[in-house]
Amino acid sequence: MKLHIVSGKGGTGKTTVAAALALALAREGRNILLTEVEGRQGIAQLFDTPPLPYEERRVATGLGGDGAGSPGSGSPGSPNAGSGGSVYALAVDPEAALIEYLEMFYNLRRAGAALNKLGAIDFATTIAPGLRDVLLTGKVMEAATRERRGGGRIYDAVVLDAPPTGRIARFLNVNSEVAGLARMGPVRQQADSVMNLIRSRKTAVHLVTLLEEMPVQETTDAVTELSDVNLPVGAVIVNMVREPLLPADRLAQIAAGDIDTGALATGLKRAGLEVTDVQLAALAGEAADHAERVLLEQRERTLLQQLGTPLVELPLLAGPDLAGLYELAGTLQKAGLG
Amino acid sequence: MTASSFDVDALLDSAEIIVCCGAGGVGKTTTAAALALRAAERGRRVCVLTIDPARRLAQSMGLTELDNTPRPVVGLTGDGTLDAMMLDMKRTFDDIVVAHADPQRAEQILNNPFYVSLSSSFAGTQEYMAMEKLGQLKAQARWDLIVVDTPPSRSALDFLDAPQRLGRFLDGRMIRLLLAPAKAGGRAYMKVFTVGLSMFTNVLTRILGTQALRDLSLFVSSLESMFGGFRDRAEHTYRLLKEPGTSFVVVAVPERDALREAAYFVERLSSERMPLATVVLNRMHRSAAPGVSPQRALAAAEALEDEGDDPLTAAVLRVHAERMLTADRDQRMAKRFSGAHPQVPLVEVAAQAQDVHDLDGLRAIGTELASGEQASAPLAG
Repeated sequence: MKLHIVSGKGGTGKTTVAAALALALAREGRNILLTEVEGRQGIAQLFDTPPLPYEERRVATGLGGDGAGSPGSGSPGSPNAGSGGSVYALAVDPEAALIEYLEMFYNLRRAGAALNKLGAIDFATTIAPGLRDVLLTGKVMEAATRERRGGGRIYDAVVLDAPPTGRIARFLNVNSEVAGLARMGPVRQQADSVMNLIRSRKTAVHLVTLLEEMPVQETTDAVTELSDVNLPVGAVIVNMVREPLLPADRLAQIAAGDIDTGALATGLKRAGLEVTDVQLAALAGEAADHAERVLLEQRERTLLQQLGTPLVELPLLAGPDLAGLYELAGTLQKAGLG
Repeated sequence: MTASSFDVDALLDSAEIIVCCGAGGVGKTTTAAALALRAAERGRRVCVLTIDPARRLAQSMGLTELDNTPRPVVGLTGDGTLDAMMLDMKRTFDDIVVAHADPQRAEQILNNPFYVSLSSSFAGTQEYMAMEKLGQLKAQARWDLIVVDTPPSRSALDFLDAPQRLGRFLDGRMIRLLLAPAKAGGRAYMKVFTVGLSMFTNVLTRILGTQALRDLSLFVSSLESMFGGFRDRAEHTYRLLKEPGTSFVVVAVPERDALREAAYFVERLSSERMPLATVVLNRMHRSAAPGVSPQRALAAAEALEDEGDDPLTAAVLRVHAERMLTADRDQRMAKRFSGAHPQVPLVEVAAQAQDVHDLDGLRAIGTELASGEQASAPLAG
């Protein structure tokens, strides 16, 4: 069993990457659990299913071992679903997790329901956010380590679509969050066992970023913060990477606005395009913008390479749809993450 | 369908509070800073309250440390002034405690583990403290206009709900339950909960341990004695948001998730009767050569690539085609949004080649916001 925790700055597509990673991992009959903890129902939106209940549901069939996708190939489990395994999804809700927790450990389901009615659980998890995070990570851990009758784990891997990079170290470092609140007792024990799993070699925290200034800055900060609290950084996944269109050796020149518009006009004419002076200037300006952006992306990429973590790049997709998700999964699998 | 037009300068000249909200990563902070700078350079005394600005943007406004105090931004033109500050959530909370409790009690609260957890966590507290700070700044009456950037919430709606939720907790039924053992007897409504109460403490003890429960009760009772009306504070700020001088600016980018958040927010503001000024759509791609369609550009690029002796012109054409297709997509997203919300003004800001990190960059965005450019961006075709 492996626990893959996926974080990233808002807008970088971390939910999409988490889902693609789950598909990539679900090869050859393996069972993968994809979880979210922020109440956003992002997984349901990605897989175009109704909102997920607090219950594990099969949402997709994974990739085969060759990285070939099988989108839309019948319902999951149908004979033609290919050699891929299954992706199950779960939206973890802190209140439901607490009630379940009370029931599992204390047989206190009715008490839990009554407390919930009083707003007690909402209260407790709001006034002590560390408690809420323990409940969320605790539920993920429970699923991750659950065994089938007769032994063996139910899930071969669990992918957690985690809170954004700004909060990730605090979210995962539940132990120290809870340590001050509860020095002993079951919550403390729960926090300890969550920490044991998260700090173990079974866990990797992947950070999703874009080749832009702020996401790269946040990724750099997150790598430092995670290392500071001894949490294992896995790969940095660069999402939405676009192909550079201009010749690499001319970028600096073009970005500086140094482009021979005479030659450009001649070239356009030869290709059968008559353009006005305004249009010609606009085309040169767009090329300069593009070159500037590519140069910026190169600088940001260099910064990421200096982090010393594995770097995986995912292409920009035309639109967020299931076929695209399988394409990303294929790329992740080829990069060794599947 | 074109969105109705919107006069940004009229808003900047008359509003007393502008709240910028939207999903994370859509450029809220930059938009807030650009609006504030423009208002100041139009002659007003402005304060911009930012939550978590990018380092270089913060530096450009002279914000080198997170010290919770508005500091003047230098380098402005005109007679107005601009102060900027970064919110220090924990310090804002600490300040409330210190201001409302005697030193010994304050010390007790500040050291309570539950207080430490609550005041330094991101969930809810940040939203509450942003509102609290807004209320404080407003009460100082030093500024004509305060522009607020909202926290990078999970959902944009947290910003509206969190202050009240926290206020309700700190002043609510649960608190009274925790404090109840002393006074439960007489009151009829408490009787109903007496069973629940013992069960509650029982369960909490079993889960947290007795020490934690003691800390929690202590925290709750000190808070209660300190300000019975925590909720009043939250509600007061909430009312501030409904006053005539307040306007909301919802910030988005032409992407599905960001627009969905924007739509929720627009609908919520309308149901709360809070005044939405406009939606700002950042990162809109445009082309200044719309006459050259992407199809023609790509066909020409292919022709040149076949000949093979002018790769640069072919590449320039591909850049243009990509730009046109992106612009087309952005326009379709914008139109879909304004189709669903025809009464909401939409102001577009072009995608920048680089992040903004100086006053000139903010000024340029301000100019663009005020130019009312919208739906006039060329459609590919």
